[in-house]
Order: sequence, then C-alpha cells, then structure tokens
Amino acid sequence: MKNGALALVTMGLSPTLLRRTIFAQELARGAASLGNARGKVLICLFQRGAADALNVVVPHGEQAYYRMRPTIAVPRPTLATANSAIDLDGFFGLHPALAPLKPLWTQGILAPVHAVGSPSSTRSHFDAQDYMESGTPDSKGTKDGWLNRYLAAKGTCAECAPSAESREPRAESLFRAVAFAQQTPRILMGPEASVAMNSIEEFGIRSNGPAAANIESMYATGRADVVHAAGGDMVEAMKALKAANPAQYQPRNGAEYPRSQFGQRLRQIAQLIKSDVGLEIAFADVGGWDTHINQGGATGQLANRLGDFATAIQALVTDLGDRMSDVVILTMSEFGRTARQNGSGGTDHGHAGCLFVIGGSVKGGKVHGRWPGLETEQLNERRDLALTTDFRSVFGEVVRKHLGASALDRVFPGFVGQEIGLL
Amino acid sequence: MQRLIVGWILVCAACVPGTRSSPNPTIRVASIKSELTRDRQVDHALSRLTYGARPGDAQRVSSIGLERWIALQLSPERVNDRVADSIVSLYRTLGTPTSELVAANREVRTARRAQQMDSLRRPEVRPIAEPGVMDARRDLQLALGEAAASKLMRAVVSERQLYEQMVDFWENHFSVFSGKGNTRLFIPAYDREVIRPRAMGKFRDLLGAVAKSPAMLFYLDNAQSVADSGRRTLVPFRRPARGPGQAARGLNENYARELMELHTLGVDGGYTQDDVIEVARALTGWTIDPQQGAFIFRPAVHDADEKTVLGSRLSALRGIEDGEQVLDILAAHPSTARYITRKLVVRFVSDSAPSALVERCAGEFTASGGDIRQTLHCVVTSPEFFSQAAYRGKVKTPFELVASALRATNSRPDLTPRSTQVITRLGQPIFGRQTPDGWPDRAEDWMNAGAMVNRVNFGLQLATGRMPGVKVGVVDPVVGASLSSPEFQRR
Repeated sequence: MKNGALALVTMGLSPTLLRRTIFAQELARGAASLGNARGKVLICLFQRGAADALNVVVPHGEQAYYRMRPTIAVPRPTLATANSAIDLDGFFGLHPALAPLKPLWTQGILAPVHAVGSPSSTRSHFDAQDYMESGTPDSKGTKDGWLNRYLAAKGTCAECAPSAESREPRAESLFRAVAFAQQTPRILMGPEASVAMNSIEEFGIRSNGPAAANIESMYATGRADVVHAAGGDMVEAMKALKAANPAQYQPRNGAEYPRSQFGQRLRQIAQLIKSDVGLEIAFADVGGWDTHINQGGATGQLANRLGDFATAIQALVTDLGDRMSDVVILTMSEFGRTARQNGSGGTDHGHAGCLFVIGGSVKGGKVHGRWPGLETEQLNERRDLALTTDFRSVFGEVVRKHLGASALDRVFPGFVGQEIGLL
Repeated sequence: MQRLIVGWILVCAACVPGTRSSPNPTIRVASIKSELTRDRQVDHALSRLTYGARPGDAQRVSSIGLERWIALQLSPERVNDRVADSIVSLYRTLGTPTSELVAANREVRTARRAQQMDSLRRPEVRPIAEPGVMDARRDLQLALGEAAASKLMRAVVSERQLYEQMVDFWENHFSVFSGKGNTRLFIPAYDREVIRPRAMGKFRDLLGAVAKSPAMLFYLDNAQSVADSGRRTLVPFRRPARGPGQAARGLNENYARELMELHTLGVDGGYTQDDVIEVARALTGWTIDPQQGAFIFRPAVHDADEKTVLGSRLSALRGIEDGEQVLDILAAHPSTARYITRKLVVRFVSDSAPSALVERCAGEFTASGGDIRQTLHCVVTSPEFFSQAAYRGKVKTPFELVASALRATNSRPDLTPRSTQVITRLGQPIFGRQTPDGWPDRAEDWMNAGAMVNRVNFGLQLATGRMPGVKVGVVDPVVGASLSSPEFQRR
C-alpha cells in the first residue's frame, strides 16, 4: 500500500486526488471508518430570495412591529389563536407555520439569531448571495466559496497534514462535501473537491446489466492519469452509495419528510450521514422567499414556504435522532426585508435578517444576537432591521467550535468575529 | 496549380457572409515537421481545432492536405458553410433586436405586477394570463434558449470549426451570466453582434465592442457607475436625491477591476488598486440606454477630471476618449499579450502551457498589433502543438464532450433548447457561469467522481438513442461503446 501511494505521488497527482484515491482503495478493502467517517457534520441551508426575518422570528414584544405592519403582522401569542405567534421567550415568537420547530426550542437545540446579516449595503439578490457564499462582503474579486476554503484549511491543519515520518497523506472521503443541487453552488466553489448531485438515486450508472459492468471494467485499468483516477473514484463512490441502499431507506423515529424537493433533499442528507461515507459538509437551498407582493401574515405565501421549511427540518432532526449530537444545521438568507409593509401587502429588500442554528451541542432555547429595536431611529436607513451581528461571526463560530477548524482567517480573510455563545 | 487553388478560394471570399470582411493576407501554413506520425498529426489537428472528428473527417483532411486544411480553418471566411447557415436560419428568435427583447420584458413585468395587485384586491379570483403577455414571456425564454441551442448546433454542424472554437473562447474569456437580472436580454446580441463578427480579428476591436456591450455593462455593473460627487462632469449632473433605501450613487469599480484582472493584464499583470479606481473613473458614462437596450455615453455622469492609468496621463475635460484610451493602453500592454496567449496555449496545446511557446506567440501577438488570427497561427502550427506530449493530453469540457459525441455519431441537436440541458447537467450551463472568470480549462477542474457518473451516463444515453433534443445518426456499436470510455474524455 505504501509503495502504491508513493508511486502515485511521483506521477504528480494533486494531493487532493491522492487522498481520495487512497480512501477509495481502502474503501475497496472494506475499511469503513476513515477520516471523518463518524465525525462532525455541518448542514448549510440557504433560503434564496431574502426571507422576511421579522415574520419568521416575530418580535411580538415590539409595538412598532404592529404599527408598521397593519395587515401582515403575525398576531401576538396572547391571542392564543391558531394564527398567533408561538411564544419563545416573552418577546420573540415563531411564525405559527414554524410550529414543527417548537419542540426543538423546548429541547434546547434550536438557537435563532436575530439582527444578523451582511455589513454590505447592497440590496441586489445576486450580489448579496454572492457575498454570503464567498464569505467576503463587498468584495467581488473572491473566486472561491467560504465552505471550500474551510475544506482546504481543515485539510492542512496540524493534526491532518502528513507527518514527517509517514509520507502517506491522510485519507479523505469522496463524499466529504455534498451539495444537493444541479450544479456546485458558489459557496462550495474552489480547488477542494465536492460532489453536486440531484439525488442519491441518480448517482449511478443508468442502464441495465452489461453496460454497467462494461463501464466498471473500462475504468478499472489503474489510476495512472486524471481521467482514470476520477473514473475509479466514480466506481468506488457508486459502490459506497449502493451499500447505503437508497431504495430501502427508511427514516427512523417516525420522521416524515414533506414531498417537496427541499424535503426530499433533507431526507437524502440524513441518509448520507447515516451511511457513514464520511460526509462532513452538506448543502441545499430553497427558493420562494422574495415576497414583495401579497406575502400574507399568519397565513398566505410566506406561511406556506415556512410550513414546508419547518416540516422538512423537523423531519431531518427526528430522523437523525442521537446523531444530532454530531450535527449542526445552519440556515441563512442573503438579507432581511423592510420593517414596514409596502403598498402591495408585501415587503421589500432590507438589511439584517435572522437565521437558525440547530444541533445537539447548540445552546438553544434562547434568541441570540443583540436586538436593536424597531423604532424609526433604530432602523437601518430608517427602513430596515439594523445589523448587530455579522454573519461571519456566526458561521465562524460554528466552523471553529463545531468542526474544529483553527485557521478562521483563511475561511473569512480579513475578518475578526465577535463571540456569540452558540456552542 | 497551388496558385490556381488559392485564387479559386479567394474568389469565394466575398460570397460568404457573417464575418467582418477586412482583407486578410493569405495564411500560409508551412510543412509540418513533427515527432508524430502523419496520421496522428491529422488526428490531433482534428481533435484540437474542431469539436471532434466526424466519420470520414480524417480522410477528408488528408486529401485536402493537413497544412492546407489548417490554413483554411484559420481563414473561415474562405470556408463554405452554407449547410450550417441554412440550419441556423431555422431558429425563430436568433435575429431579434435587443430593443424588442427589452420591450417584451417591460410588457411582461408590467402585466405581472398588475396581476399581483389584482390578486391582492381580489384573492378569490384566479388570474388569467393575457395571450399577448404569454407570447412575450415565451419569446423571451426562447431568445435565450435559442442563443444557447444555436451555439451547440454550430459547434456540431459548422465547417468553420476553429472559428466556432474561437467564438466560444471569447464568450468564455469575456464571460457574462444569464442569471443576473436583465443580462439575459442582452445575450443574443452579445453573441450575434459583439463576439461573432470579431472572434478572429484584432483583439482591440473585440475589447472595445465588449466594453460597450449592454451585456457586459450590465453584468459587471459599469452601467450604473457614475462620477463621484466632487468630480467635474462635462455637463452638469443633477445627482438624484437618495431615495429611501438607495445606496449613494457613485463610482462602481467592478468592471474596471475585471477588465484588468480577467480580460487583459491578468491578476499579476502590473496594475494597482489605484489603477482600478482610475480606470473606473475613465469608464464612467459608458452605460445602457434603457429604452433601446443599447450602448450610450452619458457626458453628465462622466468623471472629467484628470486621471493617471498605468503611468499614462489622461487629460481633463475629455469624454468617451478617456475610456477608449484606457482600452488602447490595456490592449497594447505586454502583460496582455502574455495573458491572452497563455490562455490560447492552454486551450489548444496543454494545461501546462510551455512558457517558450507562450513567449514566442505573445511576441507574435504584439508584433501583429493584437491580431488574433496571427497569434493562433503561431500556436497551432508550433512544434509544441504537434508534440507527443500534447497528443490526447487535454480533457474535454462538458460542452466539448457533448459536441464531439454528436459529431462522432453523425447526430444533430434538434432546434429546441432541450439539446443543451445535458450540458447543464454535466455542469457547464451555456451562459450560465456565475462568476466573470469563465469556465476553467484544465483537466483537474472537470474530473471528479460526480462528473464522471454524469459523463458516463450521457455516453450511454446517446449510444442507445435516448437523448432528448438530439436526432441520433446511425450509431456504430463500437463508436457507441466508446462514448463512455476514458479515451473519449480526452482530446
């Protein structure tokens, strides 16, 4: 094995390819517990379109909230109707459609963070998503995504680098980072490898018997060049996934995922985690949050999106069960929306928003961040929720305390975050 | 005899439309001396200078003579492309002027807003889409779909293969993203009027046309860049009061930076942050007329104070000349010659871009005043091109894989945008690169487990005639089986 690895090194394969090649070889020998096989997992969920934070985590203790949203505000919990906000701490509440998340709050594993977002003043969806995924607000020159930089930084951390004596690099999973999307998302773009797939089922040779066997033999003739190496990885990856047996997958603990694309993607993330293929980073996104017109209050457009969102996340948490002690789910959206409703029963692009951090080791049961208030003079530009926490502080803390990365300056260059106390 | 043939070819030059007709000296390709056998030279030339050999191409090239064939590919205006032209004329929307797309877009947005306001007032009534609006929406989708689909079609059926490669090269070098706002409205004209007429001419011409293209002006934000307050403008600028929630309008540096970093000098090409600001200042006023969706220079927002760009002084109180001078400086800069040439060498020769070759052909770029054709000639007739090291050394991008598979099986895409969906699934949506650096061009960028699954499945799909959007030719079983092979991933 050692000779094999050294031979590959002298052929000049890139270190990443080499690490994965070794993993594939070892997997072929049935060595299942490698690398991060039962380690920590981060699941990032991007709500694209700027979710209306004030109607997601409702500041029902603010008079101004009700003044500014005469027809779309979520009613106070005191009214105790099906449409009321679900009280969290006497000041904040959840939108009623987020009821599936209430048990997570009660268990202390759900931590909302409010008035969090990007310091950039851009109100362009495209630019703001770009900044949140590149991790460098207001800088358009960044080529990679912050999750990719995390993968690179962790891979070269002191305990991971090949030691002086052994020239064998540490094995790394082919499924270390998986995006359930048609293309690799911006947040994972960069030199470190990741897999983008629409579904686990799709990740296989789509044809009957002989063709599939043929393919395997075509790519089994060694890993001497980059094409054969990738092909060999492919064969090993498909075998690993087949062992995970997607057709037979049964969610545990009575978890029921919604039929939506988002729901099904979360089901597959759970499936990958439980198959112990070494998943460390998972990503999925969901759209439909850009509610300029007729967004509704306790019911309506936004409520419908929130219902699916919450049901899917709750199913994921339920399905994972004990495994949640190793998992953090981090939601994000590129910015929040205007504090006042507009003339069309909706809201426009704003500034700060909110997000959720969910996990077994998360300090949940508390709304984190510093609430700036909603009186006009407290608003950003007299119209939006003001920013009191930079999103990089949150992401950085999760990456540092949950995943154990130390080189945060490489993940979020030029940024020093504040301590939030989420983990 | 040779002169007769050349003369005959020259006579046809005038009857071939679609390329900028500036008189070109006859390209001569000297007899190729190479370590490769003649058969391999032909095979290699077809692999690199076309989107893949069709059955019978190797014999055709051999009978014309490899050197003569390369010379023809370098002079596409001399190549009869009537078949491709007649196929391409079948696309309904390819010729639609941008002004019509802009008007259709305005119509659709107005109608949608009215509908949403309506459903707000009367939520119980289902909105009915007006047929006129539905047509406009469909035409808009079709315009972008056909711009992408025709690109694949041409790659498969055109005889001017090297030219089509160069169109793709420049659309990637000057990459724009259809998913950003209104960029998609400007993309058909970007392909048709900006890039295609200039793909093998002078780099400075191409650079200028891109700088003035609504697609690039919108995508990289120069259209909204205006002189900072405190700067002189040629005509008084009544700065609009900042509306609630509007950022202060001023200089936008995005295009200026990418112009130098990605389009000309390269990131280490010798410019500073100060240069980025000065270039941005020079380009203020280069914007889009919203009614027509066309380039317009607005003196009222142009920063007319003096500037210094890369050591050159731009005097005060000038207008569009500032931007033109900046483009002149950048196009003529030695870093640009090297940066562009290196990219060409990576595309046509190898990922490792032998530096001697880059230096030599960068010299050709400079000596010829930035002539793309001359530089290409230098690259593709070089000993490095026809070397054993370069032979089958490149990995195909998804676009190249699909086009070459269709050519290898005498297949043809249909006219619908369905044909491009497989390229999207393989990870390279046409006009779909989000970042302005364009698609990468090295093996390691495209080779990974997930990509291989999709490539293998594509090969199987096509071989069994199950690919939507494609009229499969007769698939030789041996060829069919090879479509998913490691060898077919290479060119």
